[in-house]
Amino acid sequence: MDLSTTFMGIKLKSPLVPSAAGPLSKEIGMMRSLEDAGASAIVMYSLFEEQIRHEAAELDHYLDRSTYAHAEALTYFPDLGQYNLGPDEYLNHLSKAKEALDIPVIGSLNGVSVGGWTDYATKIEQAGADGLEINLYFIPANPELSGLDVEQLYVDVLTEIKKAVKIPVTMKLSPYFSSLYSMARKLEQAGANGLTLFNRFYQPDIDLEELTVKPHLLLSSNYEMRLPLRWIAILYGNVKMSLAATSGITDGLSVLKMLMVGADVTMVCSEILRHGPHRLAEIETEVRQWMEEHEYESVDMMKGSISQKSCAEPAAFERANYMKTLQSFDRYRLA
Amino acid sequence: MSRPWITIDGNEAAAYTAFRTNEVIAIYPITPSSAMGELSDQWASEKKPNIWGTTPVVVEMQSEGGAAGAVHGSLQAGALTTTFTSSQGLLLMIPNMYKIAGELTSAVIHVAARSIAAQALSIFGDHQDVMSARSTGFAMLAANSVQEVMDMALIAQASTLEARVPFIHFFDGFRTSHEVAKVQALLDEDMRALLDEDLIIAHRQRALTPDRPVMRGTAQNPDVYFQARETVNPFYQAVPGIVQKYLDRLAERVGRKYQIFEYVGAPDAERIVIVMGSGAETVEETARHLEAQGEKIGVVKVRLYRPFAVDSFIKILPATVKAIAVLDRTKEPGCLGEPLYLDVVAALAETVAGGGCHLKSMPRVIGGRFGLSSKEFTPAMVAGVFNELKSPAPKNHFTIGIRDDVTHTSLDYDESFSIEPDDMVRALFYGLGSDGTVGANKNSVKIIAEETGNCAQGYFVYDSKKAGAVTISHLRFGPRPIRAPYLISSANFVACHQFVFLERYDVLKEAVEGATFLLNSPFGPDEVWNHLPRSLQQQMIDKKIRFFVIDAVDVARKSGMGGRINTIMQTCFFAVSGVLPRDEAIASIKSSIEKTYGKKGEAVVKKNFDAVDMTLANLHEVKLPVSATSSIELKPIVPLEAPDFVQQVTAPIYGGLGDSLPVSLLPVDGTYPTATTQWEKRNIAQEIPVWDPEWCIQCAKCALVCPHAAIRVKVYDPAALADAPPAFLSADWRGNEYKGMKITYQTAAEDCTGCGICVEVCPAKNKRETQFKALNMKPQQPLREQERTNYDFFLKVPDIDRRGIKVETIKGSQLLRPLFEYSGACSGCGETPYLKLVSQLFGDRALVANATGCSSIYGGNLPTTPWAQDQDGRGPAWSNSLFEDCAEFGLGFRLCIDKLNEQACELVQKMSSQIGDDLVTAILNADQTDETGIYDQRERVAALKDKLAAINTFEARRLLSIADYLTRKSVWSIGGDGWAYDIGFGGLDQVMASGRNVNILVLDTEVYSNTGGQASKATPRGAVAKFAAGGKPTGKKDLGLIAMTYGTVYVAQVAMGANDTQVVKAFIEAERYEGPSIIIAYSHCIAHGIDMSKGMDCQKRAVQCGHWPLYRFNPDLKAKGQNPLSLDYHEPKIPVSEYAYNETRYKMLTKSDPEAAAFLMQQAQKDAVERWRYYSALASNVYASGENGSSQ
Repeated sequence: MDLSTTFMGIKLKSPLVPSAAGPLSKEIGMMRSLEDAGASAIVMYSLFEEQIRHEAAELDHYLDRSTYAHAEALTYFPDLGQYNLGPDEYLNHLSKAKEALDIPVIGSLNGVSVGGWTDYATKIEQAGADGLEINLYFIPANPELSGLDVEQLYVDVLTEIKKAVKIPVTMKLSPYFSSLYSMARKLEQAGANGLTLFNRFYQPDIDLEELTVKPHLLLSSNYEMRLPLRWIAILYGNVKMSLAATSGITDGLSVLKMLMVGADVTMVCSEILRHGPHRLAEIETEVRQWMEEHEYESVDMMKGSISQKSCAEPAAFERANYMKTLQSFDRYRLA
Repeated sequence: MSRPWITIDGNEAAAYTAFRTNEVIAIYPITPSSAMGELSDQWASEKKPNIWGTTPVVVEMQSEGGAAGAVHGSLQAGALTTTFTSSQGLLLMIPNMYKIAGELTSAVIHVAARSIAAQALSIFGDHQDVMSARSTGFAMLAANSVQEVMDMALIAQASTLEARVPFIHFFDGFRTSHEVAKVQALLDEDMRALLDEDLIIAHRQRALTPDRPVMRGTAQNPDVYFQARETVNPFYQAVPGIVQKYLDRLAERVGRKYQIFEYVGAPDAERIVIVMGSGAETVEETARHLEAQGEKIGVVKVRLYRPFAVDSFIKILPATVKAIAVLDRTKEPGCLGEPLYLDVVAALAETVAGGGCHLKSMPRVIGGRFGLSSKEFTPAMVAGVFNELKSPAPKNHFTIGIRDDVTHTSLDYDESFSIEPDDMVRALFYGLGSDGTVGANKNSVKIIAEETGNCAQGYFVYDSKKAGAVTISHLRFGPRPIRAPYLISSANFVACHQFVFLERYDVLKEAVEGATFLLNSPFGPDEVWNHLPRSLQQQMIDKKIRFFVIDAVDVARKSGMGGRINTIMQTCFFAVSGVLPRDEAIASIKSSIEKTYGKKGEAVVKKNFDAVDMTLANLHEVKLPVSATSSIELKPIVPLEAPDFVQQVTAPIYGGLGDSLPVSLLPVDGTYPTATTQWEKRNIAQEIPVWDPEWCIQCAKCALVCPHAAIRVKVYDPAALADAPPAFLSADWRGNEYKGMKITYQTAAEDCTGCGICVEVCPAKNKRETQFKALNMKPQQPLREQERTNYDFFLKVPDIDRRGIKVETIKGSQLLRPLFEYSGACSGCGETPYLKLVSQLFGDRALVANATGCSSIYGGNLPTTPWAQDQDGRGPAWSNSLFEDCAEFGLGFRLCIDKLNEQACELVQKMSSQIGDDLVTAILNADQTDETGIYDQRERVAALKDKLAAINTFEARRLLSIADYLTRKSVWSIGGDGWAYDIGFGGLDQVMASGRNVNILVLDTEVYSNTGGQASKATPRGAVAKFAAGGKPTGKKDLGLIAMTYGTVYVAQVAMGANDTQVVKAFIEAERYEGPSIIIAYSHCIAHGIDMSKGMDCQKRAVQCGHWPLYRFNPDLKAKGQNPLSLDYHEPKIPVSEYAYNETRYKMLTKSDPEAAAFLMQQAQKDAVERWRYYSALASNVYASGENGSSQ
């Protein structure tokens, strides 16, 4: 049985890829375990633009603060020479990961602005990354910013990065575009090699006792795969870029569904966080079993088979599908 | 051979040579020599080699005594070994120094010479410490400048190997140790050329080794000790020749010629000054200046002071000399003359009386003291001394540089005398400690010294405060070597980096005519003039000042520099001073920024570059109007209602005029009034907390944590509000105790440092707008006047009667008046809230023994003290003895109090018939365990005193003098972890074992905070500190556990940010316990590299992760059959990393050595888990009461 697939021109032994998350890629040991469990590639945790800026500024502030202010304590810390700040630590880690693993390693950059990125992208490439994921974690909370402005920001960032690197680049998008299809086209024209659908923004919560806004990480659940599933189905065959599905990939069945709507790879995170790296192997087994039972020889055979282009009911991925859902709900209620 | 020119200070120059020429280095921090140890430790951690290609072992010891012991041992075992020290540190080494010298051991101790703590501690420079060691048998070699420090360090090392006599190599603390200068570095080849390998082998051959066993350290009897002591004479006789030989060899290699006694001046000089140390540079320059004007004068610079080579000394004196002044930078009360003077007199007397000398007759010799505690020693003073020598009857045993109006020792001199050359740039910079001025100026010195042909000098003056400290940088640049170890008094460039200084300082006092004045001003070029004080305007016009302004704060904000204006002001300096062509200067600044900040990331470099680029566009020259127009006058330094002493003594010191105070105004025995910080009103907060009564839940946490007692709480009768200022806020008391009364939380706006820690701990939110709390930070300036009025009114509202207060609660404890207020500690200090609590709970009957350290500096550094008094004039009596003896010092207090109490009780008993049985019984059986008991006893003692006053007997008078000891006193020994864990541990242990009622408070910052963050045994595993640059590899010593093993010591470990109620409980229990108690208090610190406003949160994390257990061990509980140990914390619920990586001290290791950081963090995590298991096991043990059941 052939599980192999190609993502942004990179040949992978299976479509199972752990997605960008600290706990999955901050330690080489964990990355090795994921490789052993069948990961065909790993997307590294993100190098955050804010992290690069903030970390350096913070260290500078605390090492320099109150120096040369009192005759007895001219400084408070020894001079440790060079500090691995921002990209350095990340790049070292990426290089080590490349040495330790046989599977491709995809770097990840996360930020919100144009400028300063090129360098980091180049450095990630030089550190040995096989590809790059760009994650524009951007909430357009500025009333002066139109939808077109937001789209242009994505295009500008991508254009800048594509000028700087030769490795393939995938854009990780949020679902909140007025016209995702059009956006995908723009990105393709700007040189994107892939789209990763979708980014899950961490939505804030409220702590009622403390009367504060608090970040609250909720792991994804299976139903969240529906949104990327729809859009991959719509985009498949209409764009040349590779498509990566992420969000709600919890078992072999969700992997299969994503492949059938046209995903080249499926990225798994929450499920591994819940159960550990071995879960990836279990998912692969589930995929294999289903394929065996249903006599599929390869991933290639099923890829895009139920995409909007290929399926029997193309409208099911659009408005008509909504009507159908409502009807089914009514039936359920009446029953 | 090309030798590089480098820009370094004296400490680095000494360490440069010492590190390269030794194999073992034992260190301990003490100002001003700490940097030598720090650099050695840093180089060792970087694996830098010495000249033999191996990295010296650098080990931190628990005290200077310990360092000396380790040095002695290492020398005996054959290694080339050194150490660095100053002041009392050198005194602690003296016992070993006798041994090292007595055993003729080759060694060098490098000393940044410093004052000795006598009537007061001083960290500054003079020769009192080295003079105290002159009888040890060590040779003593003085270096007079930064270049000489590097050279003499090598000469001492080379000489000791040949002579076998150990050396003290010394130079002036601060003046030389901290002066930044351009020097020519010695090469390793130079060092190898002077250090004879055969002599090193000989040193090793003398070592103790089982392969060639011998013994040393015998005990000798009257029969041979004397003769044995005389065996060393030939070695001492040879020293001068050996030293001169190496000086000559050095001269051959590097061209710098030195002599053990060096004469400079007219060959036919009639008047000569003899001096040692940096002062010799000043005397030499002045003598040359005067000689050029035809005066027949000269100077003898003493380099090798011990052994004193009489022949060499006499030989260099011109035959024409008639009068000699010998200057000693030391003081020996009661002596016939200071040491150098006596040596000179003896040398002359011996030689001249012996005949055959080139001197025709005995010259007149006078001795004088100068420069104690880095007191300025200027060319004007030197000229004054030379002048005095002209007198037919010159004053002997004089002082120069002060006004002695008591015993009239001081010489008068013409203060306007100056020898500063015209072609030298002399620049003064007034900065704030936190604005980076000094760092930028050090950088400028480096740029000019290393990138131009100019010579450069930088010296920096700091004030005594840790928060809001003022710095004054003195920079000289010129084409010739700069030999001016004194402050600038005629500046041709003055920069004032903080506009508010204009209210307090006469910043242009030192400016010469035509000088340039650069001002960081929030007011632009068109409006700044009207905001200057009138006196400053007039001075600017009179002196024809060139005036430039820049709003550096605005540029800093726009370029992302935050509050750091250093780069901006540095750029301005180069732009307007003309020291370098502008473009060249900008390029140099940028290159230096790359060097300095490159290692901290590109973002930091970029924002500094942005700041440089934006500066020039914002720098404006202001044309001076023809007349002064301002109505702004300088305010008096302290309010007019301040007491006389404060007006006469404190205020001039605070205003930077302390040098002008005459001897008569200073206390003879170091006794100063308390409660003096109240007169400073420093106004250093940008923002202050403002109370919102609507949302306040009256928990008083804000007042508890305030490090500066700048938030106060009072509960009072509503009638008191009758005269309240209109903006004065109050609320109804919530609760039952004071139902119907009012409460106010009031900020002391002018004393607050703006740390914001109060707002961080405030748990009450504004329910309508949750970004606000019941306390909110608001800009100070617009509120200053209003809140000054409010605070004045607040202070006049009577304090509530202590007897009714539930002191064991947070809310109650904060109704007690703080008797520790407005200290100069760091903004947001983690130590001072504990001291304030002690002062609130027990201050009116407390004696405080304070170990040297941060708490003794913000507690007792002139001009003011935060230790205060209550409305009855009672308050803590405070003293600092030494660093190491604080526990014993406190025990001494206790012994005295107990004895006088016992005596008073005996006399009360004896006089019962005269006093009256009821009063006697009541006094002797008084229960004084709470505020009511104390109050009642004071009433009884007052009644007793009334009675005694009417009885004219010996007993009555004696009892009257000690009757106050019948009231319970509270004795506290307070200090930091450096004291308690390291240098003072032996004494602390003794006091704990004594059974006496001494309360020990350890303010544990886990590092030597006061001397700049060196590791102590309290430093936790994985934290980076000086002397632990690779992260401390070993765990923190568990002092509390050690104390508990006595079983009779009350022990508590507390952290205010984690459990404030437990803190109050522990303090009260510890004080009530009739035996020794120790409280170990987690004190967050600026040396942790944290956001100080969140210090309490850091404390909480330390507890939550199990790093810092909270517990109380109360031996009294054993008698009740209870386990004395109660844990006040829970099983760790967050990983240690979550606490640690919130602090730079841990986090920086992850950036410099991630693998080591990960390993040490893993170990620290294990420590926390094991600690919890161990403590919870101890606390769960079941105790049985009764004779046989005391154990678990």
